[in-house]
Amino acid sequence: MPAPSSIPVEYFVILSAVLFIMGVLGVLVRRNAIMIFMSIELMLNAANLALVGFARQWGEVGGQLIVFFVITVAAAEVAVGLALIVAIYKSKKTIDIDELHALEG
Amino acid sequence: MENFASLVPLVILFPLAGMLFNLFLGKNLGEKGVGFVASTAAGLAFAVAVIMTIAMSSFGFQAVVVNPPILTGWISIPSGGVEIPWQFRVDTLSLTMMLVVTGVGTLIHVYAIGYMHGDPLFPRFFVYLNMFLVFMLILVTGNNFLVTFVGWEGVGLCSFLLIGFWFDKAHGVGWRNSNAARKAFIVNRVGDFGFLIAIFLTFWTFGTLDYYAPSEIPARAAEGESAVVQAAPAESNGGAVVAPAEGQTAAQGEQQPATPAGPIRKGVFGQTEDWLKEGNHIVHFGTVTLPLQTVITLITLFMLLGVTGKSAQIPLFVWLPDAMAGPTPVSALIHAATMVTAGIFLLVRSNVFLNAAPLTAALVAIIGSVTALMAGFIAMGQWDIKRVLAYSTVSQLGFMVAAVGLGGYAAGMFHLVTHAFFKALLFLGSGSVIHGVEHGYHLAHGHHEGHGDEHGHEEHEETPFDAQDMRNMGGLRKRMPVTFWTYLIGTLALSGIFPLAGFWSKDEILGRAFDVGFNQGKVEGFIALGLLLLAAGFTAFYMWRQMCLVFFGQPRTEAAASAPESTSLMTVPLIILAGLSVIGGLLNLPEAFAWLRLRVDVLTGWLEHHVTYASAGQFNALLAITALVIAVAAIALAQQVYGKAPLTKKGRDQLQKYAETRELFRLANAKLYWDEFYGRFVEQPYNRAANWLANTLDWAFWHDYVHNTLIVGGFNGMAAFLSSPVDRGAIDAGFMNIGRGIEWFSSRLRRMQTGYVRTYAFTVLVGVLFILLIVLWPLIRQALGQ
Repeated sequence: MPAPSSIPVEYFVILSAVLFIMGVLGVLVRRNAIMIFMSIELMLNAANLALVGFARQWGEVGGQLIVFFVITVAAAEVAVGLALIVAIYKSKKTIDIDELHALEG
Repeated sequence: MENFASLVPLVILFPLAGMLFNLFLGKNLGEKGVGFVASTAAGLAFAVAVIMTIAMSSFGFQAVVVNPPILTGWISIPSGGVEIPWQFRVDTLSLTMMLVVTGVGTLIHVYAIGYMHGDPLFPRFFVYLNMFLVFMLILVTGNNFLVTFVGWEGVGLCSFLLIGFWFDKAHGVGWRNSNAARKAFIVNRVGDFGFLIAIFLTFWTFGTLDYYAPSEIPARAAEGESAVVQAAPAESNGGAVVAPAEGQTAAQGEQQPATPAGPIRKGVFGQTEDWLKEGNHIVHFGTVTLPLQTVITLITLFMLLGVTGKSAQIPLFVWLPDAMAGPTPVSALIHAATMVTAGIFLLVRSNVFLNAAPLTAALVAIIGSVTALMAGFIAMGQWDIKRVLAYSTVSQLGFMVAAVGLGGYAAGMFHLVTHAFFKALLFLGSGSVIHGVEHGYHLAHGHHEGHGDEHGHEEHEETPFDAQDMRNMGGLRKRMPVTFWTYLIGTLALSGIFPLAGFWSKDEILGRAFDVGFNQGKVEGFIALGLLLLAAGFTAFYMWRQMCLVFFGQPRTEAAASAPESTSLMTVPLIILAGLSVIGGLLNLPEAFAWLRLRVDVLTGWLEHHVTYASAGQFNALLAITALVIAVAAIALAQQVYGKAPLTKKGRDQLQKYAETRELFRLANAKLYWDEFYGRFVEQPYNRAANWLANTLDWAFWHDYVHNTLIVGGFNGMAAFLSSPVDRGAIDAGFMNIGRGIEWFSSRLRRMQTGYVRTYAFTVLVGVLFILLIVLWPLIRQALGQ
């Protein structure tokens, strides 16, 4: 079934992939925990974008539904994550994750 | 009669009750109470025996077998055909023994209350005495060899306990006492072994150990007395009693589970008689077969070994003189009057056997007479007042054994009874003397103001003074009149002076020997007659020597000079026994004295009912006068030698003055070196063998070589091999290496855990890409390929 809009689905997918790769690189490259956190958000939203894009392509609400769930979970995750970062900062006086390698084998 | 006979368990139960009572309550009872209970128990047993005796003679002399209700199936192995009931046999023989045991026993109990006064173990002593009565009565009342054996062993145990009663005396005396006890026990074991073998052989041969089956009437009674044995009233045949009357077998079947249904098997002796009548009876021992007479000879020979142990005959008599280490009442009761006569009792009980084994009978006669002579000889050289009596006992037991061996069963029993009277009297008299001398010693030396409070025997611990050594006595005639007169009567009775008890009984034995020798022409008769006549002379001699040393002359020590007479608790039994020693001959006056208008042959007639081969002796006036002359001459000789001065000025025996007699005295004093003989030929080889077994065989070979070298060494080698190469080398090292490998590997693997979150994230990314590659691989290949 052809898409109702003029924007082809490939664009969505490519944009989503670009955003995702930026998120991945951000997670791998940055050392500030908050920046890593933001990169993760970026990856989540890249996934959201792909879901929404495909949902539009196929006229399915299921994809949009999942996006709502993702947003909800992401909100919760942000709350927990930020709380963790605050806690880490309180004890370590830093949020540089390269300084946090207590699990080293 | 059988109603009265069913009282027989009471004879045993009274002393048993007394024993248990004193055992548990004796400590709180005090001396008077303990003595009263024990003596009453013995006295009641005597009363029961008297009742049964009266019943026996009033109701026609039925031997009765009593099954006590609690022990009917004593030993019962139906599959093996072994049925040994616990039965009592009440007949004239067992009644005679019961009367002697309980009668003399009661007197000695009473005496012991006085004698043991102040002993710290007073209750224990009476517990033992009562226990002895229990076992002795079991011995004499049993209706089979095994019950008799139980009593036999029991009295041996009591003898052991009582000889060693003062085992805790200081200065090695206690050690000597307990050694004497051990010696008695061990020597008796040798005899018991013989008795046991005899029992085994008997059981194998006859399939039963009963003397007589309950319904059986011994041959003699069946022939001669059947008129007297009236049929017992059937309705009175209640309880556990089985009357020996025909026509009641049906009723007995129910009351006697021990006997299998069918014709009642006769006892040992009945079977013997039947088989001997049949002739040619053969006994099988596996592949060996022996004629019945040979087997009976074997049985009696082994039995004889048991008899020599218990009744102190050659070669096993050596324990009896040492047994005098026990308290004097024990010497009187156990080692003179009753226990040592058990062997004679057993032989008389087995008279049917002895009659069928002339070889053994001859041996018995010779052993008895040689023992009589030898012990009489040794007694002449002893210093200890009780040792003289002990050897005298051995000698007199020899008389009895000889009599039994010569077929004079009644004569042997007669002498047994009279000997019980006068030897108990003499022992109790010697106890009284010892008691007096000990107290005299304390009075003279003033150790103890209240000497009566502390028992004299305790003082062995403080002083080397020997109150039993006759050299320390003398002149006691005036100090202890009652003891003296009773002792004199005992001495004369033992020496065989007319008309005291010993004269009659000894004469009957001599008459029997004369009869066997001259009328039956048997060699053993001559031998026995000669030896016994000589022994009778010795008897009179050593007894008068003892009288001279103890009672006549002047006191040789202060102790003897101030010895007090014993209390009436001790002297009254002496007087009673003296009376019995005087009139004891009336028990069995020979027929030749019928003109006295007294009953003659009472004991023989009484025993004849149930002792198959008992027969009256022939009175031989010439022989009696000869014996009397010998005795009087021996007394006169002793008076000649010891009358003026019992000891030489150097304190030695008069016999030691002359060269001719010095050697003899030395031999007698050294007890003919019997102990040395046993020491050299039994003890030393035994010790050497034991040493060799212990040091060489057990220690050097078994322990050192086998255990240490072979077993321990082998085990150590094996263990070393298993632990070092196998366990540590292979198993342990293998696991260690596995562990080390894992350790090494994990140390490498650990490097991966850097702890840097970004590393993990990158790893996850790579993994995801890899999975993605795999998942998308078909698409990629498709794209590349086309």
